[in-house]
Amino acid sequence: MYAYDELDRTLINERVSEFRDQVKRRLSGELTEDEFKILRLQNGVYLQLHAYMFRVAIPYGTLSSKQLRRLAHVARRYDRGYGHFTTRQNIQFNWIKLAELPDALSDLAEVGIHAMQTSGNNMRNVTSDQWAGVAPGEIEDPRIWSELIRQHTTLHPEFSFLPRKFKIAITAAEHDRAAIKIHDIGLRLHKNADGETGFEVLVGGGLGRTPFIAKTIKPFVPGRDILSYIEAILRVYNQYGRRDNIYKARIKILVHELGIEKFAKEVEEEWKAMGDVGLTLDHTAIEEVRSRFSYPAYEKLPHMPDELKQAAHDKLFERWRKNSVSAHKVQGYSIVTLSLKPVGGPPGDATAEQMDAVADLADKYSFGEIRVGHEQNLALPHVAKRDLPLLFKALDRLGLATPNVNLVTDIIACPGLDYCSLANARSIPIAQELTRRFANHDTADLIGRLHINISGCINACGHHHVGHIGILGVEKNGEEFYQITIGGRADENAQLGTLIGPAVPYAEVADVIEDIVEAYLALRDRPEELFVDTVKRLGVEPIRERVYATR
Amino acid sequence: MTSPLEQKKIRITGPSVVTANRTWDGAVVYRTAKQGWSTELADSTIVTTSDEARALLAEAAADDVGAVGPYIAPVELKDGGKVKPGNLREHIRAKGVTIDLQVPA
Repeated sequence: MYAYDELDRTLINERVSEFRDQVKRRLSGELTEDEFKILRLQNGVYLQLHAYMFRVAIPYGTLSSKQLRRLAHVARRYDRGYGHFTTRQNIQFNWIKLAELPDALSDLAEVGIHAMQTSGNNMRNVTSDQWAGVAPGEIEDPRIWSELIRQHTTLHPEFSFLPRKFKIAITAAEHDRAAIKIHDIGLRLHKNADGETGFEVLVGGGLGRTPFIAKTIKPFVPGRDILSYIEAILRVYNQYGRRDNIYKARIKILVHELGIEKFAKEVEEEWKAMGDVGLTLDHTAIEEVRSRFSYPAYEKLPHMPDELKQAAHDKLFERWRKNSVSAHKVQGYSIVTLSLKPVGGPPGDATAEQMDAVADLADKYSFGEIRVGHEQNLALPHVAKRDLPLLFKALDRLGLATPNVNLVTDIIACPGLDYCSLANARSIPIAQELTRRFANHDTADLIGRLHINISGCINACGHHHVGHIGILGVEKNGEEFYQITIGGRADENAQLGTLIGPAVPYAEVADVIEDIVEAYLALRDRPEELFVDTVKRLGVEPIRERVYATR
Repeated sequence: MTSPLEQKKIRITGPSVVTANRTWDGAVVYRTAKQGWSTELADSTIVTTSDEARALLAEAAADDVGAVGPYIAPVELKDGGKVKPGNLREHIRAKGVTIDLQVPA
């Protein structure tokens, strides 16, 4: 966990006071909506179909049990008893009242949570691997760097009025769980030949109506220089990024239009011209932030405790363990993913009761720490293996032990037309129907790793372009239709999916997805060949033929 | 269900209302004949020509303190004068989400 200091607390509290005054002036009519909109957006407040939506940041996906309880409190006191975890390590409340928002922010500020820069054309929440600090083989904890960047960019005047929103993600593991290649800047921590820690810097990734996979502009930037290098990128973006057309304003468009070589050259020249602007991170500065992250006092525990051996006869436990429990860097401990994708449930939603209960379980079994992943699941990052059987029973009672992590029903979905003012079609009911179709866990295990991502409009909050199967809701003559892509992925081999055929109406989506999965099962050359690998090997055509032959 | 945020030209082809979100809590509201707002679609002023729609929208937009983001939305008039939302988006705004929530609304 990261411990805020007095400066952090003062900053957050001052921001709450400022927003309280802004809301007061808005409600009295002193501020018009046009004047107020940019102010509310800078505090994570959108206006959606039914109400205001309040987006709260969970920097690098790390929460304390105290913070999660406070989120539960906000859900219960100011909303309708639940929240929605998003694809960027935020939580959204869908029914909040503007008049009560300052109080909600104030309650959150007491535990070091805020909503600054969760919206607007600024630097958004810096995200990272939800297994940061505990993943085996990790170069080092990427949250140190996430926090350094967060501190530098929060309320930074040069980054507060960018041409468009700007997102950074960081990974330090071989397997990219932070989806860095679909971010404006993706940072991959690694060591150079001299053993020095630094970053491969990727730029220009993003989804939306013009999707791009990020490209590398510099293979190695030493850690001490990362702030100045990011600043150079943002200066080039600020100078050349388009402000005349919202659809062409993201840095991905600039990178595409300039070409990666020219863009890299511009950044390099800017970086050199900047000289020493006081952004070099010396050892003391890095260690100061590092020292504010506390790590559990792990016990020396056996790799295979008796409790685990005894529980092995329980088929339900074993299924869950194999699916949802992952290796930890410390012997005797595990990382446990809590599926927020129950059969028939809205992906990523958690009730206040579930949040409170998870906080209690985190205190009991995970040193009071919870993680939030971009796949819209939670994780307990420090669970002793001996505690897994008891934890499973507790999670099962809460509906948080669905053994479907990374399987066909672990669906990423945006709120869609049920909540969102931008959406053209619904996402959640499609996801719910698919989880019912594939509810049999034996079938899901047989299918293997398969990510379905659903967006209710081209803005792609559900990351449909990079779903192994991507579903995009569109409108045709007032009816909901869905375009389906296959072969996308968001990991270290990220790529965009390929359209498989004509859009299908709402009622047929689940049938088509079932047919796609059946085609894959028939075409894969062995059970271990994953869906994306079959698509890569064969291309889209053989699957298209089977799915659309009778349509 | 094209987002009304993209509503640029006002041209209606059937009965319509002006809808918005109430400023203090964001609730869905409809412009009434008494130059106020109501959370009930049945209370809304129904317009049938583009000129009427433009006038009603202009009048509603002037009440920036009462409601936010007014726009024109289609409705259906049923037998007996009952007013129904004219598309899925407006149905969802009027009736709520189409999914079962884990907690009572």
